[in-house]
Amino acid sequence: MIPPAFEYLRPSTIPEAVALLQQYGEDAKILSGGQSLIPMMKLRLARPAYLIDINRIAGLSYIKEEDGHLKIGGLTREAELEESPIVHAKFPILIDTEHVIADPQVRNLATVAGNLAHGDPANDHPATMLSLGAKVVATGSKGQRVIPIEEFFLSVFTTALQPDEIVTEIRIPLPPPRSGGAYFKLERKVGDFATAAVAAQVTVDSNGTCQQVGIGLTNVGPTPLKARNAEAFLRGKKLDEATIHQAAQLAADEAQPSSDLRGPAEYKKGLVKELAVRALTRAVERVGK
Amino acid sequence: MAKKQLVRVKVNGHERQAEVEPRLLLVHFIREVLGLRGTHVGCDTSHCGACTVVLDGKTVKSCTMFAPQADGCELLTVEGLMRNGTLHPLQEGFKEEHGLQCGFCTPGMLMSSYVLLQKNKKPTEEDIRWGISGNLCRCTGYQNIVKAVLYAAAKMEGGAK
Repeated sequence: MIPPAFEYLRPSTIPEAVALLQQYGEDAKILSGGQSLIPMMKLRLARPAYLIDINRIAGLSYIKEEDGHLKIGGLTREAELEESPIVHAKFPILIDTEHVIADPQVRNLATVAGNLAHGDPANDHPATMLSLGAKVVATGSKGQRVIPIEEFFLSVFTTALQPDEIVTEIRIPLPPPRSGGAYFKLERKVGDFATAAVAAQVTVDSNGTCQQVGIGLTNVGPTPLKARNAEAFLRGKKLDEATIHQAAQLAADEAQPSSDLRGPAEYKKGLVKELAVRALTRAVERVGK
Repeated sequence: MAKKQLVRVKVNGHERQAEVEPRLLLVHFIREVLGLRGTHVGCDTSHCGACTVVLDGKTVKSCTMFAPQADGCELLTVEGLMRNGTLHPLQEGFKEEHGLQCGFCTPGMLMSSYVLLQKNKKPTEEDIRWGISGNLCRCTGYQNIVKAVLYAAAKMEGGAK
């Protein structure tokens, strides 16, 4: 499959890239990992006239702890997150997520920022980042701004990013002590999009009472969803089996799946419940580990 | 027509360059411009991994990358595995253990296995299955591919290259 022709631009700094976005506006797309964009161009679902390849911009690829956050650079590859000792130590939920994103070759190129900026409700990082309360740092002609993840996804393939903005960093608050998280996804085969998936991140006090909780749902709505009712229900409660089951039912009620080739809507709601039970149970098991 | 881009690569140890249309996919650059037809176009939709090549030490699907993105990079394709007329232990393993039937997926399988063995000298069967999880084979059921990689790991551990 041959994609439509485009002009290829390769800026070496962020201001240069932003200037090109300003110049070409909606006719331009950022080429980062390209693992969603290029397949869409080959299918001619996307036909940007200008591709701005940001892969040669120095200093955009990092994973570091700073100011109480894990900071992930705009060009950091999925495979780099998967191999990061900090991520392994503090964010098992992100390792779960990495393992179910596409396949090794795709993860070598695909970026975490791209996984969010693409705005696909079927992508895996959005739910995980919703559960972790992440923030997206966008850089544009008016400078830098920080967008809370819950305000980032507006509708299918549409995010809060302005046409001249690039995601330059993702910030995730470092979990307090006694935290744990997990991501559970059902996929038909390696590399498939989720039939449904659930991300859960919890923090408990010394009595095992839930202090903080984040629950994100993948591919069961027009955007990635934050299961707010389930979260509100869990806060202040002991995370025992019965409570987890009740919260999982609330999360399933909040899902808005459509029937498609991956299954009927009713089945997907049932799936959200089961995956939420598993994700919350595993998150609690991981507390303090 | 879009402005052509100069693409300079070091492929299997040789410097090559060409001016190409930006939309040329890396796999077509490798096959049609460089004339290296060992890398296969399989599904052409980023699923099957037949087009896998090693780019600066990492496996990528060359059907899901534009040729100009590889400018300045080092590429290893299946043609670069053999040394001085001798098959690479992985190639020997695929032959000895019947790791292929139709052979279409084999170049990609070899490149994924090559990087796996660079990172992990003594992989378990599970490590191998994980390592080749981005490569589909519709003939073998993977059993003999796993055996072939284990064969190569043992041979390389035994002092071969």
